[in-house]
Amino acid sequence: MTEPALDIAISVRNLTCAYGPRVIVRDIGFDVRRGEIFVILGGSGCGKSTVLKHLIGLYRPASGSIAYAFPDRGGTLRMDREDGQDREAILRRIGVMYQGGALFGSMTLLENVRLPLEEFTDLPSAARDFVARMKLSLVGLEDFSGHMPSELSGGMQKRAAIARAMALDPEVLFLDEPSAGLDPITSAGLDELIRSLSRSLGVTFVVVSHELPSIFSIADTVIMLDKKTQGIVAQGDPRELRDSSDNPLVRQFFLREAAGAEVT
Amino acid sequence: MDKTAALRIDYSPLAPDGLVLSFAGRLDVYGLGRSWDEVLARAGAREVRRLVADLSAVQGLDGAGIGLLLKLRLDKEAQGGGMELRGLPERYRRLVDLYNPDRLKSAPAGAWGETSWVARVGLAGLALGRDLRQMVAFVGECTLALCFAARHPRRVRWKDTLLTCERAGAESLPIVLLIGFLMGLIMAFQSAMSLERFGAQIFVPNMLGLVMFRELGGLVTAILLAGRSGSAFAAEIGTMKVNEEVNALLTMGLDPVRFLVAPKVLAAAAMMPIMVLFFNFASLVGGAVVMLSLEFPMATYTSRVFTNLDMTDFLGGLFKALIFSLLVAGVGCLRGLQTGTGAGAVGQSTTSAVVSGIILIAVTDGVFAVSFYYLGI
Repeated sequence: MTEPALDIAISVRNLTCAYGPRVIVRDIGFDVRRGEIFVILGGSGCGKSTVLKHLIGLYRPASGSIAYAFPDRGGTLRMDREDGQDREAILRRIGVMYQGGALFGSMTLLENVRLPLEEFTDLPSAARDFVARMKLSLVGLEDFSGHMPSELSGGMQKRAAIARAMALDPEVLFLDEPSAGLDPITSAGLDELIRSLSRSLGVTFVVVSHELPSIFSIADTVIMLDKKTQGIVAQGDPRELRDSSDNPLVRQFFLREAAGAEVT
Repeated sequence: MDKTAALRIDYSPLAPDGLVLSFAGRLDVYGLGRSWDEVLARAGAREVRRLVADLSAVQGLDGAGIGLLLKLRLDKEAQGGGMELRGLPERYRRLVDLYNPDRLKSAPAGAWGETSWVARVGLAGLALGRDLRQMVAFVGECTLALCFAARHPRRVRWKDTLLTCERAGAESLPIVLLIGFLMGLIMAFQSAMSLERFGAQIFVPNMLGLVMFRELGGLVTAILLAGRSGSAFAAEIGTMKVNEEVNALLTMGLDPVRFLVAPKVLAAAAMMPIMVLFFNFASLVGGAVVMLSLEFPMATYTSRVFTNLDMTDFLGGLFKALIFSLLVAGVGCLRGLQTGTGAGAVGQSTTSAVVSGIILIAVTDGVFAVSFYYLGI
C-alpha cells in the first residue's frame, strides 16, 4: 500500500466488514481529509455504525486496510495490522462519542472527563481537574462538573461525552449519531458546537448520521452506504448530491421518499 | 515521539519584579506532567508581579498547554499581578481564544454540598426509617398481590413462576445436596469426637435428626436461597429498573409487584420446602457415613435418628423455612425495585438483597425460637 498523501487523515482501501459469515459492507474505499467534517450516512441497517466500529478498532476488518496519518507524531499507522501494534497508538490520538454518550454513570462529569487524563498522563491531580474543567467549558458544561450523568438531559450528556472524547486533544473525533434523539434546537446547537470545534481546533470529524438537517449544516464530504449493494452509492458534497445526483437511492434519501415510492 | 520536541522551560528574571518563562518544544498533555507544579510554584511566588510567557520556540500546543497558560494568568490576576503572552505562533492564536478564562475562575460547585458528620448520622437514621417504612409497605403490597393471585389464579404469570421454580429450585439442587451432606458429616463427626469421652456416641443420630429437622435445615437452605436466588431477583429487577422497564410496566398500568414480584415469591415459597427436604436427607446421609465409619450398624442409626423427633418438629421446621423463603424472595425483589440509576446501583442492590436476606433470616429465627418455646412446640 502506498503512503497516504499529507492532507489525508484516514485512508480506507478495499475494506470489507463482516460479522462472521454475514458481510455488511464489501470492498469500500474512501479518504478523509485533514480538518474536514466527514459524514457517513445511509438508511438504518446499511452498515454506518459497523464501518465506524471498524475505523475505531472495535472490530478487525475481514479484509482491506485502514491507515491513519499523523504527520507530526510518527507518520502512518495501520489499524488493520495483524499484530495490532499500531492500535494502541491510534486509540490515543482519536476520540469517540458513542450514540448514547456512554458516560460512566457512577462518576461525575468532571471525573468522566478526567479519566483519560488520569490513565494516560502524569499531570498532577489539580492540573487534571483544571484541564477537565476547560474541556467542559468548551461544551458549555463547566457549571455541571459535579453532577452525575443521570442528572443531565440527553443533549447535555452528549456534549459531556464530546468533552470526554476531547480530553487528550485527539486529532480525529468520531461521533456516532450526535443528533439522534435530540430536539431540533438542541441538535442545531450541537451542530454549531461541532462546526466551531472543527474550525478552531482543526480537528478532523468523522460523523455517522442520518439526520438530514444536521448533515447539510455540518458536512464537508459525505459518503452514502446502501444495504442492498453493500457499498458506497454516492460520495461528495451533500448539497451537490441533493441537487444534482441522478442516483435514485440518493434522491430517495435526500428527498425523504419512502422506498418504492417512485414506482407509482 | 522524537526527543527534540521534548518540553524545556527556562526561567529568567525581568527587572524590576517580573519573570520570563521561555517554553520550547511540545507544550502538551504528555510533557507537562513533570513541570506543571514547578511552573506554578515559581511563577506563583508573591514577589513576581509581572509574568511573561515566551512561546516563540513552542512546537506544539494542546489543551493542557493552554490550561497551564490560563492557570498562570488566573493565579497571577488573583494576586493582583498580570501576565503577557509573547511570541504565540499565529496558528495557535485561535486555539487559545477558544477557552474563556472567566468561566474557569470560580471553583467547581458539586451537585451536593459537603455535609458534617452530625448531619450524616441524621441522614443515615432517616434513611433507615425510610427503609423500614418501605419494607412494611412492601409486605402489604406483596400480601395484596398474593391475595390477588389466590383469587384470580388464571392471571398469575405461571410461565415466569415455573421458570423461577426451575432456576431457584431445581438448579440449586446440587449445591443444596452438597452443603447438606457436608453439614451432616461435619456435625456428626465433631459431636462424635466430643461425645466419645463420655461413651455417648450412640446419641449422635438423635442429635443430628433433631438439629437438622428443627433448625439447621431451614436456616442453611434459606441462606443458600438468599445467596443464590435473592441476589438474582435483585439483579434482574434492578436491571429492569435501570433500563426503565419497570417504568414501562407502570405506564402500561401493570403493577410491578403483581407482575414481577408475585411469581418470584410464589416460586420461592413452592420450592423451599422441597429444597429443605433434600437438604435434610443429604445431611442424614452425611451423618450415616460418619456413624458407619465408627462401626455402628445402619439399623442403629436409622432407628435412633427419629426417636426424639415428632411430626411437630418436622412441620415446624418446614413452616420456618417457608417463612424464610418469603422473606428472602421478598427482600430480593424489594431491593431490585429500590435500585437507583446506573450500573453500580445494580451491584449495590444485589449486595443489599443478600445482606438484608440473611439479617432477616437470623432475626426471624430468633423470634421463632422464643415463640416456639412459649407455645411448647
